[in-house]
Amino acid sequence: MNINRVINYKSFEIGKSLLAFNLRRNGRRVFTPHQYRSIKTHARSLAYAKDLFLGQLNKVTTAEVFPYPEIGNEELEELNQFVAPVEKFFNEDVDSKKIDEDAKIPAETLDGLKELGLFGMQVPEEYGGLGLSNTMYARLGEITALDGSIAVTLAAHQAIGLKGILIAGTEAQKEKYLPKLASGEHVAAFCLTEPGSGSDAASIQTRATLSDDGKHYLLNGSKMWISNGGFADIMTVFAKTEVVGPDGVKKDKMTAFIVERAFGGITSGLPEDKLGIRGSNTCEVAYDNVPVPLENVIGEVGGGFKVAMNILNSGRFSMGSSGAGMMKKLIEMTAEYASTRKQFNKRLSEFGMIQEKFALMAMNAFVMESMAYLTAGMMDRPEVPDCSLEAAIVKVFSSEGSWICVSEALQILGGLGFTKNYAYERYLRDCRILLIFEGTNEILRMYIALTGMQYAGKILTGKIKEMKKGNVVLALAMMGQKLRGSFGGTMDFGLTGKDGPVHPSLEDSAKKLEQNVYNFGSVVESVLYRYGKTIVDEQLVLKRVADVIINMYAMTAVLSRASRSICIGLRNHDHEVLLANTFCTEVYFKNNYMMAQLQKHAPENNDANIKKIAEQVLEKRAYICSHPLDRTF
Amino acid sequence: MSGRVLVGVKRVIDYAVKIRVKPDHSGVVTEGVKHSMNPFCEIAVEEAVKMKEKKLIKEVVVVSCGPQQVQETIRTALAMGADRGIHVEVLAKDYESLGPLQVSKIMAALAKKEEAQLVILGKQAIDGDCNQTGQMTAALLDWSQGTFASEVTLEGGQVKVVREIDGGLETIKINTPAVITADLRLNTPRYATLPNIMKAKKKKIANVKPVDLGVELTSKLEVLRVDEPPQRQAGVKVETVDDLVGKLKEAGRI
Repeated sequence: MNINRVINYKSFEIGKSLLAFNLRRNGRRVFTPHQYRSIKTHARSLAYAKDLFLGQLNKVTTAEVFPYPEIGNEELEELNQFVAPVEKFFNEDVDSKKIDEDAKIPAETLDGLKELGLFGMQVPEEYGGLGLSNTMYARLGEITALDGSIAVTLAAHQAIGLKGILIAGTEAQKEKYLPKLASGEHVAAFCLTEPGSGSDAASIQTRATLSDDGKHYLLNGSKMWISNGGFADIMTVFAKTEVVGPDGVKKDKMTAFIVERAFGGITSGLPEDKLGIRGSNTCEVAYDNVPVPLENVIGEVGGGFKVAMNILNSGRFSMGSSGAGMMKKLIEMTAEYASTRKQFNKRLSEFGMIQEKFALMAMNAFVMESMAYLTAGMMDRPEVPDCSLEAAIVKVFSSEGSWICVSEALQILGGLGFTKNYAYERYLRDCRILLIFEGTNEILRMYIALTGMQYAGKILTGKIKEMKKGNVVLALAMMGQKLRGSFGGTMDFGLTGKDGPVHPSLEDSAKKLEQNVYNFGSVVESVLYRYGKTIVDEQLVLKRVADVIINMYAMTAVLSRASRSICIGLRNHDHEVLLANTFCTEVYFKNNYMMAQLQKHAPENNDANIKKIAEQVLEKRAYICSHPLDRTF
Repeated sequence: MSGRVLVGVKRVIDYAVKIRVKPDHSGVVTEGVKHSMNPFCEIAVEEAVKMKEKKLIKEVVVVSCGPQQVQETIRTALAMGADRGIHVEVLAKDYESLGPLQVSKIMAALAKKEEAQLVILGKQAIDGDCNQTGQMTAALLDWSQGTFASEVTLEGGQVKVVREIDGGLETIKINTPAVITADLRLNTPRYATLPNIMKAKKKKIANVKPVDLGVELTSKLEVLRVDEPPQRQAGVKVETVDDLVGKLKEAGRI
């Protein structure tokens, strides 16, 4: 995943000089900028989270997330029908232990998955798939997550492997490839990463050069860590092509290709021996003068980076529901144990520290579910908003939440949890990859923070321009807002109260969210002002910004979901209210602490020291302290 | 012969669920509990669909009696390969007293109406464990019956049925039309694959009321009380055979 350097330096140049009238004065000058590549997404609007960066919640933005998205009765019935056979298959015909031990998914299991139709979940019906919406896909993801290797094999095939054809392919390409991919006759893979290009995807070296007769591209290079790479028949391969720009300058740009193994010249390496998801095939793939017909280019020549980012952004949200599905199973398994095992003549379930673990698991599952289906619901809207920011948030929270909770679940079982006789150690090993693939959490935090801040920066400069033009009303409004805030009053964004979308039993939590949002807006403004475009290099600052927005999106999701549950009277809705309120209280204070750390010269902020320590250690490439037992005399 | 097979399916609490008795002891808790098709009914549907795939019969019609929710079960059978469904509407309050006698009257009426060649049912439902509906249906229709079937072969106007009985296996030949009840080893039911579930959406489910079939639903049975089975008592270890005899005498067993 690329560090998308998103800040348009021009808006900062203007913004900083115009912000000079601001009460907080700062005499920093603007430096000569480097070349930054801005993210070009389609001209679709970003959804809800971006406005949180401005510290505001208005009726338009809250309408995106309240009320919680629903699906129709018919769709729900159909979904429940789908869930039954898939659950049955995973409970009865999937031997996860064996898959893990043999590091292979047996052919019968793969065939069963293909017959069930799980290889073409999001392929439209006219091409032989199930045409499921994002919401339905997420729901089935809860079940496939019960076996990590199967989940990754399926995801590599359809969430990224064939997605390119689905979202950017021509009719001809779709008709040619999708039917066999949907039935599972052909398996797909996504080939972007190389030994030298992981997070920095734009630096790939694989090249596609036009053949002499101009009818083919010749593909040369090698890819690494390719899921399904050992047996995929159809691969979406990204390579650099020479493109002549409008100014006549030749540049190397990324292009996406549909490559069939049948084209020849493709060799797959041996499967990697991995810590987790051992049943999923991961290997190197080498391309030696592979002839790729011109009509196999996906999208435009030179437009491959955009295709890659869109593909990755579209599949991410389902990690929320997969994580939740796994957590729910773990809660059942561990609760059985905790309620029967006795020590000190008490059941484990009566001890506070054990109870805390269950609360943690339940809250995490609740938040992951709420965020996943909120995001899926938003993505399913007809206007197809760009939810890449929200999807990244879901991925970061779910991967880390799952990792922590699986570890706690294992802890509940103590020594037993550590043995291979139980599934916990396998779930732990399978979970670890969640923080790494599909965009490492470090990269995604940068993406989340910078995307939001770019948006905020643009709006702020827009406002400044208006004021310069003489829009007095706007100027007074902004002044008024600043004064109100600085006098410590609480901001009311209309979430609660008679017309508010949040139910009264969640009022406190909603107010906490509003308070966090307002403070966040000021923090973002001050950070933008303080660093300008060098904000891109301040990873520790951006990390905190990302963590706060992740927490706030989570709060929004649980408030929206719990409000709906109460209003329609779902079973156990008071438990949901309890989970929502507890979670919001916890992260409200965490957010306040992080925002305090982001203030200028904050005593809570240890970043400068942290950097120093890192520098000193990395200079010597070792731990540099003298041994505690050393003597000088 | 019409080449039509009628299959009865029942929606029951899923076999994996831990059953709990209602606090007022009037029955078991069904609210919010996972339900699915009775496993023996699944085997019955599978057998009928297999016959159709072998082109031995022409149409599989699946029937279920009960309130609105049983339509899910009919849909699952359609997804497994049945051609059309019949939902016999029974209101929730009447459903509680609906027993094998009423259901067999309904099945008999439908078998006549649909001119069925065979009626295939599961041998028993895992909630009632009555093991009566198949037999009563055959009696009401005055048809032959092949119950506890572990193998069914159609031979012209007759059916060869291998039955699982206490002593082993019994093979009989009966004339059609006949009622067959499926036992565990008859076949392994297929999964309702997701593409088939989608195709099944287009298949029809007809709505019928018992009164249209001329069936009266009143039951002569009344459930007085439902209790959990007694808790299993801990065992006791003894050192010698004499101790064992002594303890048994104490408990009044010998």
